[in-house]
Amino acid sequence: MKKANLLFAIEALIAVVLMSMNPTPTGYKVGDVIQDFKLKNVDGKDVSLADHKDVKGYIIAFTCNTCPVAQAYESRIIALNEQFAPKGYPVVAIQSNDSQRSPGDSYESMQQRSKSRKYAFPYLHDDSQTVASAFGASNTPHMFVVKKEGNQYRVAYIGAIDNNQDDGSSASKKYVEEAVNELLAGKPVTTPSARAIGCGIKWKNA
Amino acid sequence: MKAGIALFITLLLGNVAGRAQSVPVLKFDDLEQRIKRPNDTLYVVNFWATWCAPCVKELPLFESARKTYASQKVSVLLVSMDARKTLTSKVIPFVRNRKIGSNVVLLDEPDLNTWIDKLAPEWSGALPMTLVLNEKRNVRQFIGKPVKDGELESIINKLKH
Repeated sequence: MKKANLLFAIEALIAVVLMSMNPTPTGYKVGDVIQDFKLKNVDGKDVSLADHKDVKGYIIAFTCNTCPVAQAYESRIIALNEQFAPKGYPVVAIQSNDSQRSPGDSYESMQQRSKSRKYAFPYLHDDSQTVASAFGASNTPHMFVVKKEGNQYRVAYIGAIDNNQDDGSSASKKYVEEAVNELLAGKPVTTPSARAIGCGIKWKNA
Repeated sequence: MKAGIALFITLLLGNVAGRAQSVPVLKFDDLEQRIKRPNDTLYVVNFWATWCAPCVKELPLFESARKTYASQKVSVLLVSMDARKTLTSKVIPFVRNRKIGSNVVLLDEPDLNTWIDKLAPEWSGALPMTLVLNEKRNVRQFIGKPVKDGELESIINKLKH
């Protein structure tokens, strides 16, 4: 009996260890409830999703200073905020590149860029990269639209901003815009995910 | 006389340009035809961009694989995902300056979602990405991150005819 108990305990322990060794490598999926985070904004203050009580959700953009694709999309991120912040879906931009590997993405460079480009939204430094890995963000830009439900935020869209990285005005599908408009109208999101091209996030060397 | 010199220089430059690597612009259907030919050739297809640092870093590994397997039925193709409008300003100068000898094409398909599922459904769209495939023998290997030194050779050795 004792032996059986011990065996069971060992098995349970192994199971726990295996599970903890194998966190979902891909991060959040559409429909998942996300965990709030606290990251330092370019103004030095910490920002969490819970800070704004009266939003309907957020347009979370993993982006950076240096990637040409992120640069090509920068004005479209600014425009999304202009369009949707007044309607309850502000943009929150997060920069997760390791500044050792990508010095142009240092906190100071982020401050400069957000100032020169007049970001009207937070530009958060994910210095530990824990938020990018929790979300499963893989490249920049990589978008996550989350809908507020009570005190929770549920993922409604993951992927690209639109389907033309070179020229937003020629894009035939504006995924983020369409998703947020559908959420605002209380409709299900027609295209809840779309692949996003971009520069891989520069992870810290393990 | 001046016109003659100008003509001479133009011809000279034209000749140099003619010998250098050109970069055809393809649509997805063209690309698919090119890498899914029903023959014995193993296609090593690397998706990259001049703006993608890890891609640029791994290009020499593809160049060296091309040389290693030059006499065998192995074909290396570098598929640039750069914007079409940067072909002459960025892509062609890059290919020339680095003296890239592998075939390079530019895939003019900015909407990934119209074609990725037909080629590599497991691909997120993040670069670099490499596919090693032979349609006739139905062999295929997907590599969704930079290749390691020697990795390409071991895959090619395993899959080539």
